Amino acid sequence: MNPDQILTELTEIFRTVLDDDTLVLRPETTAADVPGWDSMNHITIVVEAEQHFGIKVRTAEIEALRNVGDFVSLIAAKHAG
Amino acid sequence: MPAPSLDWLPTPAAAQTQALRALTEPAAWPALMAAANTRLDTMGTLQVDRALRRLFGEAPPPGLNTKPIHLLLLGSSTLDHLLPGLRVGALRHGLWLNVTVGDYGQTDLDGAKPDIVLFAFDARHALAGLDASHDQPAATQALDAAAAGIAALWHAAQAAGASVLQQTILPVFPPQFGNNEHRLPGSRAAGVAALNARLKTAADAAAVDLVDIATRAARDGIAAWHDPMLWHRAKQDIHPAAAPLYGDLVARLLAARQGRSRKALVLDLDNTLWAGVIGDDGLEGIVIGQGSALGEAHLDLQQYAKDLTRRGIILAVCSKNDEANAIEPFEKHPDMILRRPDIACFVANWTDKASNLREIARQLNIGTDSLVFADDNPAERAIIRRELPEVAVPELPDDPAGYATMIAEAGYFEATSLTQEDRERAGQYQANLARQQTAPEPGANGETDMAGFLDSLEMVLQWGRVDPIAAPRVVQLVNKTNQFNLTTRRTTDAEIAAIMADAAALSLQLRLIDKFGNNGIIAVVLGTRHGDDMHITDWLMSCRVLKRGVEAATLNLVAAESRRLGARRLFGEFRPTAKNAMVRDHYQSLGFTPAEHAPAENTTAEAAQPGATSWTLDLAQFAPAQVHMRFDPPITEAP
Repeated sequence: MNPDQILTELTEIFRTVLDDDTLVLRPETTAADVPGWDSMNHITIVVEAEQHFGIKVRTAEIEALRNVGDFVSLIAAKHAG
Repeated sequence: MPAPSLDWLPTPAAAQTQALRALTEPAAWPALMAAANTRLDTMGTLQVDRALRRLFGEAPPPGLNTKPIHLLLLGSSTLDHLLPGLRVGALRHGLWLNVTVGDYGQTDLDGAKPDIVLFAFDARHALAGLDASHDQPAATQALDAAAAGIAALWHAAQAAGASVLQQTILPVFPPQFGNNEHRLPGSRAAGVAALNARLKTAADAAAVDLVDIATRAARDGIAAWHDPMLWHRAKQDIHPAAAPLYGDLVARLLAARQGRSRKALVLDLDNTLWAGVIGDDGLEGIVIGQGSALGEAHLDLQQYAKDLTRRGIILAVCSKNDEANAIEPFEKHPDMILRRPDIACFVANWTDKASNLREIARQLNIGTDSLVFADDNPAERAIIRRELPEVAVPELPDDPAGYATMIAEAGYFEATSLTQEDRERAGQYQANLARQQTAPEPGANGETDMAGFLDSLEMVLQWGRVDPIAAPRVVQLVNKTNQFNLTTRRTTDAEIAAIMADAAALSLQLRLIDKFGNNGIIAVVLGTRHGDDMHITDWLMSCRVLKRGVEAATLNLVAAESRRLGARRLFGEFRPTAKNAMVRDHYQSLGFTPAEHAPAENTTAEAAQPGATSWTLDLAQFAPAQVHMRFDPPITEAP
């Protein structure tokens, strides 16, 4: 699965959780850029991404995420592995 | 780790949940209910919940025929992620739910007035008193104290007027011994099971119903319900992926309390109750019974259905077959568990199944929304879902070995208590069939000898004031009766206890016995006296005894009992619902006259409902009707 496709599907998850159909994510987007992306919604998004992409993310990996691009890379690595 | 899934529901249509964004009132509620009755995952549940809150966040849709529920969720962990699943679960069952979450760690009502409090304690807080260093007496004391502490919270909530649900504690702790963990007194892993056992005993004593997620997690695997990482990151005891199922487990209990559990299981025959096609393969060709894995799998479903009849669920058959062929295995095949008398209504013909399901509901005197229809054929299932969306139609797995489990997991027949009437219901339906077979045929001029037929039934109407023995059935009947119910008011154990304690209240429970058997408690009439008026608050009757003259006989009793209690006039109301049109003219046909409005002291917001009518009967003018039954005890007039 290529990064663009992951970003597209991840965006759908963000849109559903944050209830914002117009939300656009870029690799450099951070939580500070997106209204509603708080710690609680972050958990929901990560859990849903795990279910959606069939992966399991470790606590340390989540804590190391700086932006959407990191998240996409992490999913791509897990998904391939 | 697969998420717990609503496997019995069909997958949503493409873009079904996204389409909810465009919904507008008033047609929105059925569309939302339809979406809720699909196999929603966490994201789908969120989408339905968004639309639900946008349209009905503040108030239920006008004319909703269920009681809105205000639920307070209390616990010591993060619970907000459970709310969409709870609201959408309620929606799935036709209920409107307003749910609020207490502050973190709040365990009292804090002035709130919810209908129901759900205590959702996480394992770590619930077992906090247990320590690995404990010896047996110390461990027992800690567990007793934990259970007593929780029970004290129940009692406080009940004293504030709420009824209580308690979820069981999830087994989240790793073992220290292993297989024989229970021998380690201070083990928290073993302590969860011990505390849950204590909660079950205490809940029975306190009239608290359990939401047994621990048993459910044992089926799904604890990893599907609890992720230690999410506990550490977000203090979530319940995994968000389990939230849709959690919501349904709670909602089916809420629905059961409003009499919305299903009453009958309607079964297809070919490749559902047995393998093969009876019309083609014949009695020797169908596969059913011991000695064949396939035959035993179908037998499992038969055993499950048979067991359901013993707790009061009615069985019916709906099959595309010639009737003689369809009945043959029930009468002649030695391996069948289900026999003809187990089936209260047997319909085998070539008419479409939607029409046949309507006919089955009519013959059983229940609504089509009380039916569950099990059919191996996906096309038949799809047709019924389209034609009769109120009928529950479970998805069945490809292998018949999973049929019974799937029907059970859907929770259609959720119940919280068993009455003697439940146990006897199957026999009562069999007796009903016998009665119908003796019913009079129209004569040459089209008239029937109803009086002679009714006399031949040798009916006895046993009556009394509501007492502790009758109380559970009275509560059940008041809460379950939808059709013959003048006001469709729902009640609680506590309210019935208060009525029993009030010697001035009208509180009649009636049983009907005839030569075919005992029908059990079939009618309840409750009322309160206001001056000269006896205000009848509830008058309801089981549809099993329709057209037997019980209504007029009941009025004779109500009149005599009201006179004894000092009333000079009866006052009754009809409040229309989607289901009780059959009693619209009830009071009129019994000789009541229209009343302008309720006596002032009786007027409530409820009574001012559109379409409601009020009726009075002057007891001085009332002459008891001739009835075709004996009263036990005989009616005696007050001196």
